[in-house]
Parts: sequence; structure tokens; C-alpha cells
Amino acid sequence: MSDKVIIETRDLVKNYGKFVAVDKLNLSVREGEVFGFLGPNGAGKTTTLLMLLGLTEPTSGSATVCGYDSTKEPVKVKQLAGYLPEKVGFYNDMTAAENLDYTAALNDLTRQVASKKIKELLDLVGLSDKADTKVGTFSHGMKQRLGIADVMIKDPKVAFFDEPTAGIDPEGIEQVLALIKKMAGRKVTVMLSSHQLHHVQKICTQVGILANGHLVAQGSVDELGREKIAGGKVRIQVQLAEPSKKLVKLIEQVKGVTGVERQGDLLLISCEKDLRRQIARAASDCDSLIVQMKIEEFGLDEIYMKYFREQQK
Amino acid sequence: MKGLMAVFRKELADNLNSMRFIILSLIVLGGGVLLTIFVAAQNIRAGVTETTQYIFLRLFTVMGDSQFLSFPFFMSFFIPILGILLGFDAINSERTSGNLSRLSSQPIYRDTVINGKFLAGLVSIAILVTGLVGLISGIGLRMIGVPPGAEEILRLFTFIFVTIVYGAFWLALAILFSVLSNRVATSALASFGVWLFVFILIPLIASIVGTATGNDQISSNISLISPIALYGQSIQAILIPSHPVMFVVSLYYTGLEPNPLPLNQSLLIAWPQIITLIALTALCFAGSYIKFMREEIRAT
Repeated sequence: MSDKVIIETRDLVKNYGKFVAVDKLNLSVREGEVFGFLGPNGAGKTTTLLMLLGLTEPTSGSATVCGYDSTKEPVKVKQLAGYLPEKVGFYNDMTAAENLDYTAALNDLTRQVASKKIKELLDLVGLSDKADTKVGTFSHGMKQRLGIADVMIKDPKVAFFDEPTAGIDPEGIEQVLALIKKMAGRKVTVMLSSHQLHHVQKICTQVGILANGHLVAQGSVDELGREKIAGGKVRIQVQLAEPSKKLVKLIEQVKGVTGVERQGDLLLISCEKDLRRQIARAASDCDSLIVQMKIEEFGLDEIYMKYFREQQK
Repeated sequence: MKGLMAVFRKELADNLNSMRFIILSLIVLGGGVLLTIFVAAQNIRAGVTETTQYIFLRLFTVMGDSQFLSFPFFMSFFIPILGILLGFDAINSERTSGNLSRLSSQPIYRDTVINGKFLAGLVSIAILVTGLVGLISGIGLRMIGVPPGAEEILRLFTFIFVTIVYGAFWLALAILFSVLSNRVATSALASFGVWLFVFILIPLIASIVGTATGNDQISSNISLISPIALYGQSIQAILIPSHPVMFVVSLYYTGLEPNPLPLNQSLLIAWPQIITLIALTALCFAGSYIKFMREEIRAT
């Protein structure tokens, strides 16, 4: 991962009449990242993506992709960026290969390159046996995978996905997520919007949470969790065979521990840094048997809900 | 430019393969040829004397018992339908099928989509019109045995050109409605509504006003609003060298025939009408442009 900023918005504003859809959004995504763009319906995720692609004009502010201004040089941006809209559509009376062929032609690929690429990509998304089937017969999940092939045919540097996992079955979701991960492996910067948090958590290196057109948080899932849920602290979970009051007291005395919470045979220990070694020592001093011990991982669900509860207050 | 060619090729293939174009082509080709040849076989001898010039062109202009039984009327009736059928769902069907967002995220300028579709429609119309005129010429030549002169051929090409312009107007109008309305049914209804309006209501209004005021000039000015009248007048001037501005021609063929005008004079007479048709087309096209270029394209 490099420090080069690929996607950037500066004070981006979009109004629809009096309604403010996006309000002074400042966002930057570095090269090679998989950026999850989260937020409830109507938070302005799609509008931001459309502005980044030059498909709608911002009211004020600017959006740049790979250094090109999306409003002034949309064609340059669209040469480098692929976009998979939320409800992707294909020409139903054309076959999968023909649909991709049209996209290839619009991207100025020569026939030989195009046919080679189409074959390769249909293989990648697992649709090679459906190459000559009309898209009208495809399921939503298959169309979504074809959409990914459609995005990849231009060899994008950046890929925008709007709700890539909405409305498809669990197996389809797995396939789509795996494909997006593969794209990231090919050094494509990915930005995806979603409100299906556990899907995002699986593949995103960075997330941004959008509410009412504002970016309320940006960072990796771990960073956000530590900041929001644990109040900037590391939380260690210890499961013991038989927790005793003596042990709790002993752990509380460890330097750096700021709080111990007991839930059945679980101890939740907040500390300033990773103190697993000291805690283990305390447990062995007490002759307690540790079943397991780990640093708590934060669910994006919790982080997300926490942010929104704060917003509502 | 490459993007334009890609859109154009795809749209042309779509047009030529679409059921509605094939059906309408069969109707237009079959109906046009049958009607023209049948009417010509019955009526072309009437009024022809030894001095009659441009007999071959009469193939296209003779009338049956009513003025509705003629090739010019047939064309002025069916070309609008053709144009509307090729254009009424050009943009909004792309939008509702979710293709428009995908299409517009490709590295092409947005007007490429409209331009490509318009060009493809235009070429489809051109193919059909040229085919029809060619068919009638071929069969007619066998039937009457009088070969066309050089000027007659030029006049026929001019006629094909004007007819394509006329079709282009209806195509541009239908595309305009397809940009304005997100629903295919609405844009189809609006296009056919305009067609009905100019076909039935404008002549009606013109004749009512004409009778009320007793002034034929006003009535003919009103009817000039209609693209159908514009088309009718310009092709009369082009196809009937001796009767440049007459609508009902057959009546005059019984007596002495005035000297035919040369092609450039006929063109001069038809020129204002042709220019107006082109201007109307440009107006519709500009309307679709203005609406489409700045629009937000969101997957619906």
C-alpha cells in the first residue's frame, strides 16, 4: 500500500433543492485500498459515487480520481475508473459475451484483445459456460458477477461498487466478495458502498461512515473499534475455568489496567496496551486455568450502531 | 469518435434485428410497392399525351380514386410511424433497464449515446426508403417500359433525401420525448399524440379558420405549421416538375400541360420547406441534448 491518494473529495456539496444530500465531504482513499463506504439509506453514498464519476455535478467543491477532476474531465476519469451501479442492467437479448464485447468496443479495445479478455474474465467470474447465453435468463447474482467482469474489462485503476452484495444469495455474496478481493490483489483501488456491515468488514481495509452527508468516521475497522467502543483502549478477553475474586483483584493491580469487568467465566479487561503477558502471569500466580485469551475484535455492527446512537443524541 | 462508431454499430444492428422494425418494413415495403404499382397500372395512362415529359416520375405521383391512394401520401403517413418506432424508447428504455448508468460510466462523452442512436435510426430509415424507391422503380420500369432520364434520377435522389429528413424529424421528436419522460409508455403516447395532432387537427383547424375568414392564405399558413404539409409540398415540387405547388394534381393533367421547371427551379420552390424541416429536426435534437447532457444518471 502506498501513500498516493487516488480518490479525493474537497468540501464536496450536493443539494437537491433544499435537501442537502452531501454536505462538505472531505474524503481521501489511498492507492490499493479497499474502502468501505457505510451509512444508512439516503446518507449520500450513491450521490458521492456519482459525483466521483462525473455522472452528476456537485453543487460546490471538487472530486478528483487519479488526479483528474471528475466534473471537468469525466472521460479521463472514466478511462481509469470502473463503476458497477446498484441495479446493474445488461442488454437482455444479447449474450454475456456480446454485452462485454460492447463495453470493450466503447473502451476502444481491439477485437483480438477484447475477445481474449472476455474469455479470461468470464472464466474468472465463473460464467464461462454461460458466455453464449442471453443475459435475460441470468439470475441477479450472475448479473452482478458479469458486472464485475464488465468493470474489469477496461483494466481499471479504481473500481466503484454500489451495494455489490444487495439482494443476492449467500453463495453469490461469497463469490462477489472473493472477486472484489481478487481485484484488490491486482492493485486496483476499490471503493464500495454498502450497509451490510459484516460483508464490508470481511474485505475492507478502510471504512468511512457517512451520516446525513457528513463523514463521521474514517479508519480501519480495528482503529474505529478501539476508539469508539473501548474508548481508545485495548480490551482483552480472558476465559477462565474458575474465575475468582482474588484474581480479579490481582489483575486490577497490574500496571496499565484500567478496568475489569466480569461476565460469567469471562473477564473483560481494558488496558492501555497489550498486557496479555502480565495478565497470564497474574492468572498463574493465582493458580487459575486460562481457557483462552484474546484481544477483543470489534464488530463493525457495534461500531456503526454506536456512531449512530451518538449522532441521534 | 470510436465510441460513436461502437454505439452506432450496436444500435443499427439492434434496429435492423428488432421485431418492430422488421414488421413495419414489411408493411411499408409491401404496402408501398403494391399500392403504387396498382394505382400506376390503372391510372398512369390517363392524361399522358405525346408531349408528356417525365413519365417515369409519374409512377410515383399518380393518384387513385382519392388523394389517399398515392405514394406521397403513403410516405407522409408511414415515415412518421417509422421514425417514432425507432426513437420513442431510445433513452428511457436504457434507463429503466439499468444500462444507462453502465453505459455512461464508459469513457465516452454523453452525447455519443444520443448521436449514435440518432445516426443508427437515420441509417435505418435511409435503408428502408432507398429500398422502397428502388423496388418501385424496378417493378415500374418493367411495367411501363419507359426508362428514367438523368434528371428524373436526380429528382428521385432528392426525394429520397427529403424523405430521410422528414423521417429524421420524427426520429428526433421521439428521442426528445424519450429523454423527457422516464416511462416508455408516456413517450410513445406523446410522440403518437403529436403525430395525430399534425395529421388530423392542424388541417382541420386550418380549414375551419380558412372558411371562417374566407382567406385561403391564412389557412395555408396555418397548415404550414405541420411537418406533414412541409414534406408534402416539397416532394410535390420535386416529383412533379410541371406542377410545383399544387396538391391535387390529377385534375390538372387532363388539359394542356405547362412546361416543366428545371430541377434547380423546383428545388428553389421546395427549399424553404426543406430548410424548415431540417430546422425543426435540429430543434428537437437540441432539446434532447440540453436535457440529457446535464442530467443526473442514477440507477433506478
